[in-house]
This record gives sequence, C-alpha cells and structure tokens, in this order.
Amino acid sequence: MMRYFLRRLGHAFLLIIGVSLLAFLFTTLAPGNYFDEMRLNPQISPETLVALRAQYQLDRPLPIRYVSWLNSVLHGQMGFSFAHNTPVAPLLLVRAKNTLLLTITATLLAWAIALPLGVWSAERLGQFPDRVISWSTAALLVIPDLALALGLLVLTVRTGWFPTGGMASVDLEKLSSFNKIRDLAMHMALPVAALVLSAIPLLVRHVRAAVAEVLEAPFLLAAKGHGIRRRTLLYRYALRAAANPLVSLFGFSIGALLSGSLLIEVVMSWPGLGPFLLEAILARDVYVVIGGILFSTIFLAAGNFLADMLLYWVDPRIRTESTSQ
Amino acid sequence: MSRRRKIGNWLLVLGALHGIVLCAGFFAPYNPVEQDRKNPYLPPMRLHFMDSRKHLHLRPFVYPFQLRPGTFDQYVEDTAHSRPLKFLMAGDRYRMLGFLPARLHLFGTDSERIYLLGTDAFGRDQLSRILFGGQVSLLAGLFGAGFTLLIGWCIGAVAGYFGGWRDDVLMRVAELFLALPWLYLLFAIRAFLPLTVNPLQAFFLIVAVIAAVGWARPARLVRGIVLSAKERDYIRAARGFGASNLYLLRRHILPETSSVLLTQAAILIPQYVLAEMTLSFLGLGVPEPVPSWGNLLSNLQQYSVLVSYWWMYLPALAMVPFFLGYLGLASALQERTYPYKIERRSLGSLA
Repeated sequence: MMRYFLRRLGHAFLLIIGVSLLAFLFTTLAPGNYFDEMRLNPQISPETLVALRAQYQLDRPLPIRYVSWLNSVLHGQMGFSFAHNTPVAPLLLVRAKNTLLLTITATLLAWAIALPLGVWSAERLGQFPDRVISWSTAALLVIPDLALALGLLVLTVRTGWFPTGGMASVDLEKLSSFNKIRDLAMHMALPVAALVLSAIPLLVRHVRAAVAEVLEAPFLLAAKGHGIRRRTLLYRYALRAAANPLVSLFGFSIGALLSGSLLIEVVMSWPGLGPFLLEAILARDVYVVIGGILFSTIFLAAGNFLADMLLYWVDPRIRTESTSQ
Repeated sequence: MSRRRKIGNWLLVLGALHGIVLCAGFFAPYNPVEQDRKNPYLPPMRLHFMDSRKHLHLRPFVYPFQLRPGTFDQYVEDTAHSRPLKFLMAGDRYRMLGFLPARLHLFGTDSERIYLLGTDAFGRDQLSRILFGGQVSLLAGLFGAGFTLLIGWCIGAVAGYFGGWRDDVLMRVAELFLALPWLYLLFAIRAFLPLTVNPLQAFFLIVAVIAAVGWARPARLVRGIVLSAKERDYIRAARGFGASNLYLLRRHILPETSSVLLTQAAILIPQYVLAEMTLSFLGLGVPEPVPSWGNLLSNLQQYSVLVSYWWMYLPALAMVPFFLGYLGLASALQERTYPYKIERRSLGSLA
C-alpha cells in the first residue's frame, strides 16, 4: 500500500515540476515582455525601464529566474504580477474559488445525471430508451462547446429567463441572505448548464459501455437467478464491477475542475480563472500565466492521484497486484 | 451496412462539405471583405416564391429591407420592389482554389446586393464570410492535424524502433503533454508567442501552436504498433539479409501504422478546427478583416450584438455538419480497426 501510494505521489510531483519547467522554457522563447509597451510612452525614460526590468529580474538568465520563482512558490507567492503589483498566489486563489464553485456544481450534476442514464441505457441495450439516449448524446457530441455556450447565451438573452454575465446582481448588498443564494444560483444556471451539457455525452457513453460489458458476466446471471432485485443488481453489483474505467474518468473530472471551464467562463463572463488568465496572456503578465497553469496542473495531478487511490480502494485486483510486486 | 460502405459514405459527405467550402468563391455571392456601410446589421432576407399578390414565381426572389419609420434598426420588407435571383451569373472577381481567376457565382442579382444570412457591423455579407471563413478554419485544422501526425509519427517511430533511453525520454515528455488539458496547453503556448501579427503569420502561428499540442497521443499509438511490428519474424529475416534500419522502417514497419494514423486524423481535424475557432474567438488567432469561423463569432462578445442580431450566431452552426461527418468517419474507421472491441463498447460511434 505504502509503496503504491508513494510511487503515485512521486508521479504527481514530477508532473508538476515538468510543467513548471516547460512553462518557464516557453517564457524565454517568447519575444517581448510586459514592459515593452511602456517603451512607446515618452514619459517613461529608458533608464526607468532598465531599472524596472532589473527589479523584476527580467534581465537575469533563465535558471536564476526559475530558482527565485521556486523560492517564491515555497513562500506561497508564486511570483509577482506586473499588472496587479501584488504576489500572484492570492490573486489566483480568489479566482480559483469562483471557478471551483462553478465546476464542482457542474461536475456533480453531470455525474448525477449521467450515471442513471448510462446504466439505464446499458440495461436496455439496443432497445428504444438506449437508442434515444444514444442519438441524443451523439447530437450533443457534434455540437462543440463553443457553439453550445454561445447558443445558450443567445437563447437566454432573447428570452430573459436567466441573468447573463458575472456572478451577482448589481443590488446584491440589499438582498436578504436567502435571496443572495438565489441570486447566485440564477447566475450560475447558465454556465453550469453549458458545462453539464458538454460533459454529459462522454460520461453517459462511458458508463453505458462499462456497465454493458459487465452485464454479460455470468455472476450477474447467477445473482439474477437468486432473485435479487433489479435496482440492487444494477447499482450494487453491476456498477461496482464496472467501476474501474469510471473511477479513472471521475479522477479526470476532478483534475479538470480548474481547467475544464476555461472557455465557458470567458464566454459567459464568469469571474473565474479563465477570463483572468486570458487577460494576463494579452498583457504578457507571465507570472500570472505560469501561476495559472501551475494551479491547474496541481489540480490535475491531484485528480489523477485521487483516482489512483480510489481505484486501489474499489478494485481488489489492483490491491493484489501491488502487494505481490 | 458493411464497414467499407460506411466509411465510403462518410467520406462522400465530408467530400461534398469540403467541396462547398473549397469553392467558396463560387457559392458565395460576394467578396467577404467588401463593405456596404449603408446596411449594417441587416437581418437575413427571406427567399420568396410567392409575391404579395399571391402570384407564384418559379424564380425565387427577395424583398429589400427598408427602415420601419421612427426606428433606426428595425427593418420591414419593402414589398413594392422585388429582387429576383439570377443563377450562374458573372459577379465579383475571385480566385477559384486560390489561383484560377473567375467571375462565375452560383447566384446573385443584377441590381442591389442581397443578404441571405444578413450582414455584420460593416455591411459585409454574412453568407460569404461564413463560406470563406470555413476555408481558413478548415485549412488550419487540416494543416494542424497533418503536422501533428507527422511529428507524432516520427517521434513514435524513433521511440518504438530504437527503444532504450530514447524511448524513455520521449515517452515521459509525451506523458507530460497528455496529462495537460489541451485547451490549457494551447493557451499556454499561445501566451508566449507574439500577439500582434498579420493574418498570414497568424494562420501559420496557429497551425504551429495547435500542431505542437497534440502530438503525444499519435506518438504513443505509433510507438505501440512499431514495438509489436519490429519483433515479427519476417522483419527479423529481412534484418538477417542485411536490411538497414531506414529500409526496414520505410518498407515494413511504418506502413502498418497507416490505419491508426487515418483514425487519428479523423479525430484530430475537427478538434483542431475547434481549437482555431477558440483562439480566434478570443482574439488570439486570425485577425480581421480575414474571416474565420472563430473571429466571426467574436462579434458575439459584445452584448448589444448578442441581444439584437441573432444571425451573427450562424457561423457556430456552420461547423456542426463537419463535426458530424468527422465523428461518423472516425467511428467507422475505428470499427474497421478494432471490430470486436467496438461492437460492444461503441464509445465514439454515432448511435
């Protein structure tokens, strides 16, 4: 157990280090930096610019910058934002909180919908419900998320069912605490719907495939012969045996919590990491970009790690495999 | 339906769709960058066969719009004048396939311009822009997928054939790329490249960025095939006869990877078209005035456009048939490659 655990942890750590190195490498390849725009401003003298570059260590070679950045990561700062003039980590944390609020809701909802649909579809393989579900997931699959998000936005703006943009109404301060929560829910409805709809087809298809394969196993026929109820059969026996690929997929969902909603946040102007990162890219605020990438990588690694741990817990085959080694 | 038939049908659908976009100059009535400043945000004109006096016409016609009195953006059809469509007529000059000078258009009118899908802020014809925008977006997808497969193929072949430390290093890097969500990676790489570039540079920049992101999966697949192929008896025999590494790879091993590469291409191309659209939508891709599906949609980032001019959303729908075609092709190809696996677990297939 311990060895398995440590090896997975080592993998996650290597992934994070690798990504941070990669991100830094790209920064040196990039032409231009945050202060280049200032060169055009006659009020800023070239000496000031040189001083600014020195202050932010942009004139130092890459390894030194990387080491000093690592140092600041260890101090919980993750470098310094040029545009916001503060350490990066607190800035990102605020945004990441908003993103997580959105994505955790969407992920839970998507799984809650996809699991029963997938199981139902697998149970009625080739029958009417299965075909309806297959066709509708296929239809959702061919509508790319950009088109889906924009379509929802156009629809909502024309009907006015939900508020669009941001995560709070202008008069939020005046509302009672119950209405505050309602207001938040209304603002979340649209981005959550877009995320759920884009996540569902793949999840349903994976659940369907995994369960359908298990349903043909002899032990389920035996269980059926013992007169075990249909629901128990499906959800306690079949789903558990089919869990292996689904747990990996769930880990992937967890890993994508910070990065999966990037585009939808931008389209729906949700104040999460997505728009913040885009802004930083356009302003050449490199440490914010690196920080954002690192943040999402940490989540990704954590998601993979969690999936591995869950697999160990769910699937006895892995347990025996890792102890026999 | 047999598998071969299925693949053929999907290829036919895709061929037709790409043909339309390839000959955008012929199908589009106007030049996509030509402006008509007097008619910004004109709604789509409806094709009529029946005129206001209930007379049936065989030749479709449209009624021009006029401003509803007292408003500045509400249009009503002016039923007093009709503009009949003319088919296969000479119009704006364009270059067919990029080099053949031509003037023939599928349809047009003698007199005033008509806008079947409305106009944008500068009075440019939305239909023409969607058709020409498809050229940019699809070409970016095709080039990107081509480069990705080339990179993945080379890396996979080297890793699989030579093995040892090369295999270790290359596959660790591939895992790194695989682990990251592709949109993030796309952003990250794009973030560190120049922002303001001319359209042609931007196009190749995008292709390069997209291609750099996705090589890991094809590389791993190719590696797997090469690994199993190089242990075959006939290859050992060929080596015994003195065949060089290059000859073995070229003659015996790499041809085996073709079906995997084809399947990957069918999966990657729509993904990459979407990548181009996403980048252009966010203003990191192909800049105006050159149309691409992404930057056509970027108009929707303005709230006023979103509220009032629904036809600006149409470019998003333009790609749906292409996605359908590629998805169908990919699943048909997958069925051919792994016939037994897919029958039960039809993940990528359409119903």
